Amino acid sequence: MNDFAFGIVSTMVKLAVVVNALLGAVAVMTWIERRLSGVMQYRWGPNRVGPFGLFQPLADGVKFIMKEDILPANAYAPVYVAAPAVSLITALCAFSVIPFGPAVELFGREVSLLIVDIDAGILLAFAATSLGVYGIVMAGWSSRSKYSLMGSLRSTAQMVSYELALGLSVMGVILVSGTLRPAEIVEQQAGWFWNWNALAGGWQFLGFVIFVVAIYAETNRLPFDLPEAESELVAGYHTEYSAMKFSMFFMAEYVAMTTGSALAVTLFLGGWQLGFPVPLTGWALAVLQVLAFVGKVGFFMVTYVWVRWTLPRFRYDQLMSLGWKNLLPLSLANVMVSAVMVAFDVVGR
Amino acid sequence: MDSRSFLVLSAVLFAIGVSTVLLRRGAIVILMGVELMLNAANLAFITFARQYQTPEAQIYVFFVMTLAAAEAAVGLAIVIALFRLRGTTDVDEISVMKW
Amino acid sequence: MQIAAFYVLAVLAVSSAIVVLTHRNEVICALALAFNLAAIAGFYFLLGAQFIGFMQIIVYAGAIMVLIVFVIMLLNLGEESYPERGGSIQRWLAPGLSLAFAAVLAVVLWRSGEGDLSAPNVEFGTVGALGRELFTRYFYPFEVISLLLVAAMIGAVLLAKRKL
Repeated sequence: MNDFAFGIVSTMVKLAVVVNALLGAVAVMTWIERRLSGVMQYRWGPNRVGPFGLFQPLADGVKFIMKEDILPANAYAPVYVAAPAVSLITALCAFSVIPFGPAVELFGREVSLLIVDIDAGILLAFAATSLGVYGIVMAGWSSRSKYSLMGSLRSTAQMVSYELALGLSVMGVILVSGTLRPAEIVEQQAGWFWNWNALAGGWQFLGFVIFVVAIYAETNRLPFDLPEAESELVAGYHTEYSAMKFSMFFMAEYVAMTTGSALAVTLFLGGWQLGFPVPLTGWALAVLQVLAFVGKVGFFMVTYVWVRWTLPRFRYDQLMSLGWKNLLPLSLANVMVSAVMVAFDVVGR
Repeated sequence: MDSRSFLVLSAVLFAIGVSTVLLRRGAIVILMGVELMLNAANLAFITFARQYQTPEAQIYVFFVMTLAAAEAAVGLAIVIALFRLRGTTDVDEISVMKW
Repeated sequence: MQIAAFYVLAVLAVSSAIVVLTHRNEVICALALAFNLAAIAGFYFLLGAQFIGFMQIIVYAGAIMVLIVFVIMLLNLGEESYPERGGSIQRWLAPGLSLAFAAVLAVVLWRSGEGDLSAPNVEFGTVGALGRELFTRYFYPFEVISLLLVAAMIGAVLLAKRKL
């Protein structure tokens, strides 16, 4: 098989693996969310459907498929149907630049474990996140309902505001690493765990904190979930959606959470790097590193649920003021300090 | 590939932008026509950048994009202020100043 | 394969531009323009200008168009529909002249000679090459345009305030 055909086949295989893993992560996440919420609220979560309720995601999936699919008479049909698709597609595309493992040797050729390896890699994740706003805009407007419109306008304003802090907090990492390719950023964080970008390797701890807060706001998760708060807006922009279209929004939110966590892990916490030397090489090491990546992303996903039941919800004006008046100046200051440190060779790779 | 196809496409998009500005009544849709024209020009710039292997045209496109962002922001603020005053964004209705 | 990609993107770009031109509902026009901008970003990637392509999606399609859609929804313009303006002369003269304009431009550009788009050097369109130019040769325009952005921000906030 010549190089071109091998490239296409390997990309298709990687795509299949990543998309299935992401959608599987969505299913696992629903179980984790409901059981862990139960643990934190001192009640049983769902525990009937299988041992420890492990088949609950399956039951949820069957429920969503069998529910009646409603198209409200007042809704603008083409945009109404396209909105959940736009949300899900952009959320899935954002994951394509994240390296989930080191370059491995397969059939005599080197295969890097990311789907798209271009020079300006990180920008693709931000571009896909920016386009994800359209799913919400389209859903809220095409539903022709007060709650949907208000929820979608609030959510759009929130997402656009926090995109600034998100991009600027990553700027510090780019300054320190000198490259936009995630594969290179991860490779530079090799060695012990204090060589990671968030710790002594790049001194980007402030950037890391800002990034995590901004990614909570981007995915509309508590404490930033006023756009979909039940006591305020019925269900925000997905009020009028039922069955499979609603579950696509649901999936898009969880995939966005996974992508955000994976970005945080890649840029600040060393990606697939183990953080301590291990006397293994070759395939065993590669498998261990992929598992390390999955473990780190899993930790962030559990933290999402943890924060959900710990912090109260922000009021909308508090939310916007946090984004514009606190996070934006802080991330600008972070960029300036990082630039000065790089200029005087204190950090920099 | 041939750069002429890109340039012809840019000309077509520019003409559609011009028609949008000439034919539509809503102030915001006219702004959208202006954005179409700017993008057609950007496409021509990038085609020439690729043809002559230079980064300069890309820098110009960068500046044009920034300017378009600033212009869209200010233009929309003007439309909002006008809407508060007149209650409509129809440019035919607001073509006469207060008498 | 690149020629096929070019034609697919061209059809998408021109059809969404025509939707912007003709559709009565302003929100649909804005969404169609966003689609058009994404198609043009596709052209930039086809030509090898990666950084500009990403900037187009992040800045143009992801920020400017969201702002326009936001304003249309806030002013609640989505529900109204305006008849096309002008008397009967302008209704036929404007499209006719635009078509003639497009035809003249297209013919002139087509006759200007073959433009060779052979494989570029490795550094074309990369962030490093653009950054180098931006911070050495085009440093002053870069700083001036940041001043312009500050002025635009202040102007927009002032213009849209209810009470000064």
